[in-house]
Amino acid sequence: MADAGTLLSLEGVTKRFGSLVVADAVTLDLPRGQALGIIGPNGAGKSTLLNLIAGNLMPDQGLIRLNGRDITGTSLTQRCRMGMGRAFQIPQTFSRLTVFETLLVAASQGRGISESEAAGDCVSILERTGLLDRANQVSGSLNLLQRKRLELARALATGPDLLLLDEIAGGLTEAECASLVGTIRSLHAGGTTIVWIEHVLHALNSVVERLIVLDFGRVIQDGAPDAVMASREVQEIYLGIEA
Amino acid sequence: MIWVDTVVQGILLGGLYALFAAGLSLVFGIMRVVNLAHGDLIVMAAYLILVLVTALNLSPLIALLLAAPLMFAVGWLLQQLVLNRTVGEDVLPPLLVTFGLSVVIQNALLEGFNADSRRIGAGSLEIASFSVGPITIGVMPALTFATAILVTLALQLIFYRTALGRAFRATSDDPDTASLMGIRPGNIFAVATGLGMVVATIAALYLGMRANFDPTIGPARLIYAFEAVIIGGMGSLWGTLIGGIVIGVAQTVGAAIDPEWQILSGHLAFLVILLVRPRGLFPAGGR
Repeated sequence: MADAGTLLSLEGVTKRFGSLVVADAVTLDLPRGQALGIIGPNGAGKSTLLNLIAGNLMPDQGLIRLNGRDITGTSLTQRCRMGMGRAFQIPQTFSRLTVFETLLVAASQGRGISESEAAGDCVSILERTGLLDRANQVSGSLNLLQRKRLELARALATGPDLLLLDEIAGGLTEAECASLVGTIRSLHAGGTTIVWIEHVLHALNSVVERLIVLDFGRVIQDGAPDAVMASREVQEIYLGIEA
Repeated sequence: MIWVDTVVQGILLGGLYALFAAGLSLVFGIMRVVNLAHGDLIVMAAYLILVLVTALNLSPLIALLLAAPLMFAVGWLLQQLVLNRTVGEDVLPPLLVTFGLSVVIQNALLEGFNADSRRIGAGSLEIASFSVGPITIGVMPALTFATAILVTLALQLIFYRTALGRAFRATSDDPDTASLMGIRPGNIFAVATGLGMVVATIAALYLGMRANFDPTIGPARLIYAFEAVIIGGMGSLWGTLIGGIVIGVAQTVGAAIDPEWQILSGHLAFLVILLVRPRGLFPAGGR
């Protein structure tokens, strides 16, 4: 059982697709305020693990707790209202909502407050994510970086205790990536707990203080990023380097 | 001048078709689902108003005020208990279920009210008229048209100016991402269907006051509604109003040429627009 400082805990979470085990008895505790990176080769089960945490998938076995509460069987909507926000690799923007409207819906529905109560926070999130000058633009007309920022802003607007980032740096130029990472770093510095799966390792390692490596659905390394990246097992399995 | 009169009468008739279609358009715009029982639900609402008017000796307008929340509840429960189970990637289940619902409603109404045609009495309003220059306009058609504009305006305001409307649009665009924002798509769909039933009840009032109705006329009302939605552009509320007007004008012009052409002319106008602009005059996305 996790201690009181643990925000998210997974106990023996297992998921199979037929005979393929995509999450193999994953157990981990995530302290409040920590930024955790998850890496692994393609097909290692990173997205599956995030889907299990977010509620897009239900585990075959195991328990998932948020703030000490068992959320294993709860829906996406319930997890959002319990304090989980998620941003996707491919931005899920709304073609008929402006940027500000998107945040208003996320903030009011996600936190169960009125839009007028939520409006101030939404403006603040727009500032923090660099979207204030796009507030009245229809979401579908944004460029890729702006849409990724909106993904982040939408997730933040729900007032999450835990922010799940799903390869959010993918597809960006170096400059765009640096800009987005700066935003994420400042969010983390503000106390937001983050679980981030990412292929862009330098972006990930510049933010997270803990890294786990998945391979065939199993956690094969868990520790500080430098130590994890230097481990022989990771170099062999993940990077394909013969040590 | 007779042609001006014909077109004016057609525009006013279009208001009735727009009312038939507005609820259908709203539900389609949010759920991308065509409710094949929509016409029968309008007829059911007309019988409900009739029962309230005759049993409680109420005026039709007061009966509407009582029937509207009841029909909202019918729509909400229908969506929560039945239709939410069918909404998804596959468009066939909701079509099949609502087709079955249409058959059930027709037979239940036949069982409850027999096949005799009925009418909701509107007193002197039925024959009242006023003149605009050389054109005589019936008060009832004018009221119908004004109501259609008000209903469209109200739905438009709800859709684009309220928190509920924003939730409608978000859920309509992407129910899964809407779930990640704390929205329960099933609840939003239920409210949308309930609202659609309120509009259907308003349409039912005018249907029942303007003409006779019986349990079997629902499918024909559905066809007019469906044509108005398609002509206007699926999911566009103002487009639906225009779509109703196009059918109304086509029908009155057709009837002026030969009374037997009235219904056919409306369908022909629908086919022509479908050929020329398959996505309708104002496809969804524009306000």
